[in-house]
Amino acid sequence: MERTTLLGRLSWQLGEVVAAQAETARTKSITLTLPTWRGHRAGQHVDVRLTAPDGYQAERSYSIASPPEEQPRVTLTVERLDDGEVSPYLTDELRVGDHLELRGPIGGHFVWEALMGGPLLLVAGGSGIVPLMAMLRHRAAAGSTVPTRLLYSARSDAEIIYRDELDRLVGSTTLLEVVHTLTRAQPPGWTGYHRRIDTDMLREVAWPPERHPRMYVCGPTPFVETAAASLVALGHEPGRVKTERFGPTGEA
Amino acid sequence: MENKLDGNAAAGTLQAIFPFDMTRVQATCTHCGTANPLGATATYMHGMGTVVRCPTCDNALIRLAQMKGRYLLDMRGMRVLQIGAEA
Repeated sequence: MERTTLLGRLSWQLGEVVAAQAETARTKSITLTLPTWRGHRAGQHVDVRLTAPDGYQAERSYSIASPPEEQPRVTLTVERLDDGEVSPYLTDELRVGDHLELRGPIGGHFVWEALMGGPLLLVAGGSGIVPLMAMLRHRAAAGSTVPTRLLYSARSDAEIIYRDELDRLVGSTTLLEVVHTLTRAQPPGWTGYHRRIDTDMLREVAWPPERHPRMYVCGPTPFVETAAASLVALGHEPGRVKTERFGPTGEA
Repeated sequence: MENKLDGNAAAGTLQAIFPFDMTRVQATCTHCGTANPLGATATYMHGMGTVVRCPTCDNALIRLAQMKGRYLLDMRGMRVLQIGAEA
C-alpha cells in the first residue's frame, strides 16, 4: 500500500483575504494568505468554519484551486448555494482584509503531482472543475509535459469557470486538450457536445485503457457515479479512477 | 438532509483526531472483508454526524459525531485500519 505521511493532527488556522474575484454569476475565487500553511498538493481541499455571534458553528469543505507553487497564498473557488449556510457568506459578504478560519490541507487520495506522470484524464462536472484546475495550474507551473485531457460538463457557456484561463492553457501547448459539454443551453453555432456525460462520450474523449491513464473525476454525486462507472465499463482499472463528490448543487 | 459524499469529505474531522492522511488509510470491512482507502468510501453527512460506508457492501465502517467538545467514534464496522507508516 501507499505510505501515509505522518502529518500531525489538523487544527484550525486563520487566513487573511487578499483578493476576491467573481468567476461566474454563481462562483467566486477567494485568495488567502496563511502564515502557518504547511503546503498542499493539487487536488486537496480545506474545511472552512464560520462562527455566529451566538457560538453556532458551520463547517464546509472547499477545494483548493491554486497550485502549490503559489503558497503561502491559497485560492478557493466557492459556488454560491442559495440555501447554503456558508457559501453565501463567502461569496457575498467576505471582503479583502477579512479573516477566515480554516483547516487543511486535507486529502492525499485525490491528488495529482507532475512526478506521478500520466497520461492524465480529468473529468469535471460544474464546480467540480476546482481541484482539477489546481492540477492543471500545477502541471503548467511545473513545466510538465504529461499529455492531458479535460472533459468539462457545464450547464451553459456562462457557467464555465476559468474559461479564459483554460483557453490560454490550451493555446500554450499541444499536450493539453479541453473538451466541453454544455448540457442545458448552447451558444449559437455550438458544435461541441450538448448532453450529459455518458459512456459514449468518455469512449471518445478518454485515453484508451492500454495507455494506463491516471483519472480524476469531480462533481456532484450522480455525475461522479456515472463517469466512474462508465470509465470502469470501458475497461479502466477501478483503482485508477479517483473520485471526489460534493453535495447536491443541481445537475452539472 | 443527508448528503452522499466520499471519504475525502470526512477527512478533515478524522485528521483532527488522527495524525495521518486519513484519505489514504485502508479500512477492512467487517462485513465483506474488502479493504479500501477511506478516500474511496461513501460518506453520508447530516446534522447528527457522519457515517463512512464500505463502497463494496454499504456496511457502516465508521460512525462519527462531534458534540460539546468531544468526538464520538463508533468503528465496529471495520476490522483493520491499515496505516502505511513512513519508514
